[in-house]
Amino acid sequence: MLNWLRRPKYGAVERRDIPAGVWAKCPKCGATVYHRDLVRNLKVCPACGFHHRLRAEERLAVTVDEGTFEEHDAGIVSGDPLRFEGYADKLREAREKTGGADAVITGVGAVDGARTALAALDFAFMGGSMGSVVGEKIARIAEHAVAQRLPLVVFSASGGARMQEGALSLMQLAKTSAAIARLHEARLPYLSVMCDPTTGGVTASFAFQGDVILAEPGAMIGFAGRRVIEQTIRRKLPDHFQTAEFCLEHGLIDMVVPRSAMRATLGRLLRFFGAPHLPAREPAAAAAPTAPPGGAPADGEA
Amino acid sequence: MSVILPERDRAAEARAQELEARLAELAREIAALRRRGEKEHVEVDRVIAELEARAGELRRELLDLRPPWQAVALARHPQRPKAQEIVAALVEEFTELHGDRLFRDDPALLAGVGWFDGRPVVAIAPRKGRDTRENLAFNFGMPYPEGYRKALRAMKLAEKFGYPVLSVVDTPAAYPGDAAEERGQAEAIARNILEMTRLRAPIAVVITGEGGSGGALAVAVGDVVLMLEHAIYTVIPPEGCAAILWRDAGRSREAAAALRLTAADLAALGVVDEIVPEPRGGAHLDPAAAIAAVGEALRRHLRATAGHPIGTLLQRRYAKYRAMGYYEEQA
Repeated sequence: MLNWLRRPKYGAVERRDIPAGVWAKCPKCGATVYHRDLVRNLKVCPACGFHHRLRAEERLAVTVDEGTFEEHDAGIVSGDPLRFEGYADKLREAREKTGGADAVITGVGAVDGARTALAALDFAFMGGSMGSVVGEKIARIAEHAVAQRLPLVVFSASGGARMQEGALSLMQLAKTSAAIARLHEARLPYLSVMCDPTTGGVTASFAFQGDVILAEPGAMIGFAGRRVIEQTIRRKLPDHFQTAEFCLEHGLIDMVVPRSAMRATLGRLLRFFGAPHLPAREPAAAAAPTAPPGGAPADGEA
Repeated sequence: MSVILPERDRAAEARAQELEARLAELAREIAALRRRGEKEHVEVDRVIAELEARAGELRRELLDLRPPWQAVALARHPQRPKAQEIVAALVEEFTELHGDRLFRDDPALLAGVGWFDGRPVVAIAPRKGRDTRENLAFNFGMPYPEGYRKALRAMKLAEKFGYPVLSVVDTPAAYPGDAAEERGQAEAIARNILEMTRLRAPIAVVITGEGGSGGALAVAVGDVVLMLEHAIYTVIPPEGCAAILWRDAGRSREAAAALRLTAADLAALGVVDEIVPEPRGGAHLDPAAAIAAVGEALRRHLRATAGHPIGTLLQRRYAKYRAMGYYEEQA
C-alpha cells in the first residue's frame, strides 16, 4: 500500500503540480509547453505523449459529456475512528490543498452519449487512498447503478488503502468488492480504468474487478511497491515493470487507451454492453428516447 | 456508524516501554556478571539469581500490561501453533488438494477436504513453516497468486457441494515478488475477495497469527470471523507503517499501537466477531489448549450457520461488510 511514496521523485512531485503559469515543463521529455496548449491537449505532452496526472474533477471534465454530471454523496467526510496520530491534520491539509472532501468523486453522467454511474479517484487527496469514505462512496454508486440499471465506470488513481484508518480501510476492499459483485450479478457492465498510479488495496479490489479493464499509457499499476519488491528479490527491476504496457503484455488488462481516445472507447464499450439491457423486442433506434436507464442510447443525445 | 474504540492506554504503553528497557538492561547486567564470574573466578550466582528474580517480576508485569506490540511478537512467535497443525488437529481424514490448474502448486497455501464436527468441510490455510527448511518451502507463509487461485478452486468445490469453508489465517502478506506481480497478485486477491462475498457456502474464518493485509483478506471474508486473543490483523505491518509515516522502521512499536491491530481493538471496530481466548502467556505455551479453543469456537459458529438457508447467510454477509467503516455525513 501507498507505494507511490516509494516511487522516483518524478512521479510524486513535478507531475502533479503543473505550474498554473504560462509555461509548463514536461517532467518526462523536458519540453516547454504553453500551459494553455497542454490543457487543450488534455494534459498530455504534445512532444512526447506523457500523460500528466489529472485531478478527479479534471478527469470527469474531460470524460463526461458537458452538463450531464450529477454528483452523489458529496457530503460524506472522513472521521478519525482510530484517533490516529496526525490524521486529523492530514485530512485538513488535504481538504485545503485540494478543495475536495475526500479522495473520490462519484455521480451519474453521460459518456459519449451513454448514461452511466461514475467514480473518479483523486490522487492529489492523500494519494487517492481508500479509507471508509472512498469505500462507502464506491459501494453506494455501485448500488445506485444496480437500482437504476446503469453501467459503472470507475477511474482509479490510488496508492492503496489508507493506513490511518487501520483495518477499517482493509475492510473497504471487502465492502467495495461485495457491491461490485452485486453489479455483476445484476448483469450490468463495469468498466475499470486504471490511471497513474493504481496500486495496493485498490488494485486488490474494485480496480481489477471490471468486465473490461483499461489503462492510460504509462500508468503505474501493481499490488506491491517497487522498492519492497526489489528488497525482496534483491534485484533491480526493469524500468517498464508495473507499467500499463507491462500489464497488457502479461494479460492483466484489456487495453491501453490514450486519453484523447478514452471517451470514445468508453462510449463504444458502454453502447456494446448496454445493448442487451434494452427491451428485446424493440428495435434499438426506436428504444433510444424511452430507453430504461440501463439501456444506453445508441446516439449522442442523452 | 458508531465505532467507538476505547482510548489507547498511553500510561500502560509508556510503562511497558520502560519495563522493556529495564529488562534489556538487566539482561546486559546478568551477562556481564557471568563473564566476570568466569574470568575472575568470583562468586556471582547469588547476585545473578536476585537479578533474574527481579527480571521475572518485571516480565510478569509486562505480560499483564499487554501493549499492542506484545501481540505483534506473540502473533509472530516461532512456536505459535501453525495453521496446518490446527487444520490437522481439527479436520479428520484431511486430504490435501494441490494446484490451481493454471500454473503450479503453491506450497504457501494449504487446501483440502475432510470432516469437522461430523460434517464434510473444505479447509484453506496459508501456512508458515516450523523451521528454516519448511519456511523456505512455504515461502514464509506468503502465497503467490496461484496460492490464492488454488484456495478459490477449493472454495468453489465447497460451493458445488454446499459444504462449509474453514479458513485458518496466519500470513504476513501476499508475496511481494516480481513473478507474483506478473501473474496478477492483485487480480487474484481481488477475485477471491469478490467471490467470497457471494460464495454460496457458509464460510468461517479464524485469524490465528498474522492477518497481513490484502494477502490475508483474500482468504478471510466470511460469515463469521474469529480471532485468537494475541493474533493481529492489520492493513500494513507496523514496520512498514513507521517507515512511511516517520521514515523510521525502528518506531514500529508506536505504529503497532496507532494501527489498533489487536483482537480487542478489531472486535471493538466490528472487524472480527469473536475473540478466542489463548492460554496465559500465549498459544505457544500450550498449543493443544489453543487449538481446542479454536475448534470449540468454530464448531459453535458452524452449527449456528447450519440452520440458515444460504440466501439468508449471503444477505447477512453483505450487510456485515457493507456496514464496515466510519465516516460522517453532512446534509
